[in-house]
Amino acid sequence: MAEEFTINLKIWRQAGPDQPGKLVDYTLDTVNEHMSFLEMLDVLNEKILNEGGDPIEFDYDCREGICGSCDLMIDGRAHGPKAMTCSCQLHMRNYNDGDTITVEPFRARAFPVIKDLVVDRSAFDRIIEAGGYVSIKTGSAPDANSIPVDKQVADTAFDYATCIGCGACVAACPNSSASLFTGAKLAHLNRLPQGEPERKKRTVAMVEQMEEEGFGDCSNFAECEAVCPKGISISAIAEMRRNYMKAALAGDEA
Amino acid sequence: MPSFLTALKSQVGRKILTGITGIGLIIFVILHLAGNLTLFGDYQAFNVYTYTLESLGWILYILEAGLAICFLLHAYIGISIWWNRRKNRPEGYEKYQTKGGPSHNTWASRSMALTGVVILVFLVIHLANFKFADTNMITLPNGETGRNLKAVVMESFQNPWYAFGYSFVLVLLGLHLKHGFWSAFTSLTMKHKKYSAIIYGIGIIFAILIAIGFLFIPLYIYFTGGQGALIAY
Ligand code: FES
Repeated sequence: MAEEFTINLKIWRQAGPDQPGKLVDYTLDTVNEHMSFLEMLDVLNEKILNEGGDPIEFDYDCREGICGSCDLMIDGRAHGPKAMTCSCQLHMRNYNDGDTITVEPFRARAFPVIKDLVVDRSAFDRIIEAGGYVSIKTGSAPDANSIPVDKQVADTAFDYATCIGCGACVAACPNSSASLFTGAKLAHLNRLPQGEPERKKRTVAMVEQMEEEGFGDCSNFAECEAVCPKGISISAIAEMRRNYMKAALAGDEA
Repeated sequence: MPSFLTALKSQVGRKILTGITGIGLIIFVILHLAGNLTLFGDYQAFNVYTYTLESLGWILYILEAGLAICFLLHAYIGISIWWNRRKNRPEGYEKYQTKGGPSHNTWASRSMALTGVVILVFLVIHLANFKFADTNMITLPNGETGRNLKAVVMESFQNPWYAFGYSFVLVLLGLHLKHGFWSAFTSLTMKHKKYSAIIYGIGIIFAILIAIGFLFIPLYIYFTGGQGALIAY
């Protein structure tokens, strides 16, 4: 058994949407270095339940860094202190006995709090609905190999496709901009032969939807790239700007 | 498809406009500094320079109009971005810090609106004190009669309020440029694996050079009481 140590927590508690919330202090003295951050919260919740309290709501699904639901602002950084790491992949060995950790929800007008640390990220779904797809049948898996794609193009598209839509980019951006998310989806779909024909329509529709959802302007802080658990580059944002302006200049011509 | 005007009003278009006007203002700042350096030329060099500039007539008016548009558009979009920032995160974080790494999230980059507004206010005072100042006339080496703006500069900067106030604002301009230079190119979609780091580096060097160039003049005049050997007066 690994040695147990004590962690002090300040966790945002909010009973529901549009209700006032506040940071509540907790102390957990049974933390061990092998726990993930979420497992530590599980243990805390068990303790709260045993004491008859209301457990802390937080979001998760896969717990292996691929679903993008474990949205936590840990000590003022989306997904905590480590680069290219989701909250569920952050381990307690990164902390020392007696540390105090502040945990808050991802904050943005477009991500309203549902309860405690859980926010509503359906704004991202609506950006995807606006154009984050390919309208033709692309066939089944073997058909993917029937269209030759340059290795470099495929690799770059794949890099952008690693976006798990967690929303850390929005949470960390001083302006609450969703440009990295939208840009990554566009950079992925626009550069592949199946997605290219709808490039202009898609770019315009997704950029417009992003703005309508109440996400802010991009001021090139690149904080989004720093917090992105997949390390997606803000080059995606430059590409989005280029494609958007090109689409507007070209008008309806294909 | 959106019309070109609609596109310019979108988030993307606004950044493009901020970048274009920003680069326009960067060019202006370079030319302005180059002009200021004529103070170090011979006794009348600065007055000859301002005289030549003012005798450009309508060409100067067109340039000034372009410059005014750059300033106003740049400021308007910048302030509206700041306004949207407050609106789009109504409840702020109790604790917030940057994750470092590739991030350019610093006091300078987060305070572009603040430094920008201070520069804008300064600009109004600056124009009133220099460009539209009452000046004595002086005979220039070419025989023409021109405004003795050099005297205005030399006297203004012996006033500690003006010398240090001016210096303070120019430090803010340096901080504004530190993020602004790189950001302008990135907004104009010039983002590259290698070159972006180079552009960022050039931006920092540029910001430092501009700040030093502008700061040296008022501080030198102030501390030498206008009698320094570098400036013939
Ligand atoms: S829970 Fe799925 S990415 Fe963390």
